[in-house]
Amino acid sequence: MKTRAVLSVLGADRVGIVAMIATALAELSVNIEDIRQTILSDVFSMTMLVTIDEDLHPFEEIQARLATVAEEIGMQVTLQREDVFRFMHRI
Amino acid sequence: MLHISPEEIAETLLMVHQQHLDIRTVTLGVSIGDCGADSADEMGRRLYEKVTRAAERLVPVCEAIEREYGIPIRNKRISVSPVAAVAGRCACDDLTPVALAMDRAAEAAGVDFIGGFSALVQKGVGAADDALIRSIPMALATTQRVCSSVNVASTRAGINMDAVARMAHTVKETATLTAEDDSIGCAKLVVFANMVEDNPFMAGAIHGPGESDAVINVGISGPGVVRAIIEALPDDADLTAVAEAIKATSFKITRAGELVAREAARRLGVAMGIVDLSLAPTPAEGDSVAEILEAMGVERCGAPGTTTALALLNDAVKKGGAMGTSSIGGLSGAFIPVSEDAGMVRAVEDGALNLEKLEAMTAVCSVGLDMIAIPGDTPAETIAGIISDACAIGVINNKTTAARLIPAVGKIAGDHVSWGGLLGAAPVMDVSRWSSAKLINRGGRMPAPLGSLRN
Repeated sequence: MKTRAVLSVLGADRVGIVAMIATALAELSVNIEDIRQTILSDVFSMTMLVTIDEDLHPFEEIQARLATVAEEIGMQVTLQREDVFRFMHRI
Repeated sequence: MLHISPEEIAETLLMVHQQHLDIRTVTLGVSIGDCGADSADEMGRRLYEKVTRAAERLVPVCEAIEREYGIPIRNKRISVSPVAAVAGRCACDDLTPVALAMDRAAEAAGVDFIGGFSALVQKGVGAADDALIRSIPMALATTQRVCSSVNVASTRAGINMDAVARMAHTVKETATLTAEDDSIGCAKLVVFANMVEDNPFMAGAIHGPGESDAVINVGISGPGVVRAIIEALPDDADLTAVAEAIKATSFKITRAGELVAREAARRLGVAMGIVDLSLAPTPAEGDSVAEILEAMGVERCGAPGTTTALALLNDAVKKGGAMGTSSIGGLSGAFIPVSEDAGMVRAVEDGALNLEKLEAMTAVCSVGLDMIAIPGDTPAETIAGIISDACAIGVINNKTTAARLIPAVGKIAGDHVSWGGLLGAAPVMDVSRWSSAKLINRGGRMPAPLGSLRN
């Protein structure tokens, strides 16, 4: 089952954030469909739209792995199913 | 392609992480219509089996939804059919064993409260209703998770004043039996006018007779989000602009509730019932309905203008929410519990808010006289007078009203009581010293109002 999800990364800018996140995603067969990234007053903010193959790696496993990455790079990393944003922000 | 802007994603994260947006409750309603038996013990056994089986996956499913969608679900709860409606076969005086079975079932399912130790007596008290009401004090004193509710009035029936008086005595007896814990039993007992059948919130949740076997009802929340939106407006924004801002926010909060309700119902394989649009506060700082009213412009909740602000808030929440779901139900009005709202507690302590103002506020929002600690020596007739006043507002205005009063044994006005957790803590409020005894002792029924004749 393919699931679309939104990945948000927020925290102090440093070298290698995108690389570490992208590596973890690739290892979990998560496809990145879109990336938007900005830095405002040294705060790194990245939003990704990704597609997850839940038959290969369950949602929970991917969240757990990203939590480990978040700890390593000291940033807030959130993975949420895309529906929540569609529901809340679109009629 | 990202159809949602990073700003919208950031807004959602801010709502959850800093403004306390959560789903206040996912409540599984379970019919226990087939659990009737010849004894209360046997009925309890059947109820336990039925409820634990139905609710087996409730908590893990809700936990998965909150993880995957990033929206916390604060409470997972269960409601059952009003016990008195099923207990007719028991022909016993004591239904406490049924309450004990409910408590065990709630514990096994991992939920904090189970509602439905209830009776509807707006017109008359049947034998099973009588047994249930008689059992309430002991049931609430010997259980942790059981909630009880009794409907004593409706627009169609009027007010059963005998039942009101009886419930006032029941409240006092419950307070006495749980005196060691600041009379906490009364925090789990609510007396209603125009009770609804699909309320997901405690203490008044029941699974009504018009429902299917099992149903998921969801109660939204988000006072912190609404307050933040109002505070972000310029100080001179007019009230139309305030209403617009609340409506837009309410839409988003409701959509989160709608999504969770659909998903929980789908994963549990039961019907989706309703989304309750009540703004429900918690004792956490910033998660307060009183602070919304203060952000709108009254210096302290309870100041003149408070009822106006609350009316505007309540109406705007519904208008925004109505676009967000086609399944509005439950109580769907702002809650103003005193002990569960830090802003309300502060307003009482500062002398800005009293019982009479809360009664006025009841007329324009959801259940009004909620989680109010009063002196332990308040006469039962006075408690009955307070309950019947709340009922009168509900009956005449064709809306739900209720009273959850805690006559804290051994406490006087100005003392403090604390129940912990979501029930919070509160100052004991002053009650009128003028007697209601003659009116209450007349008994009988206040006839249904002319406005009830709609056909």
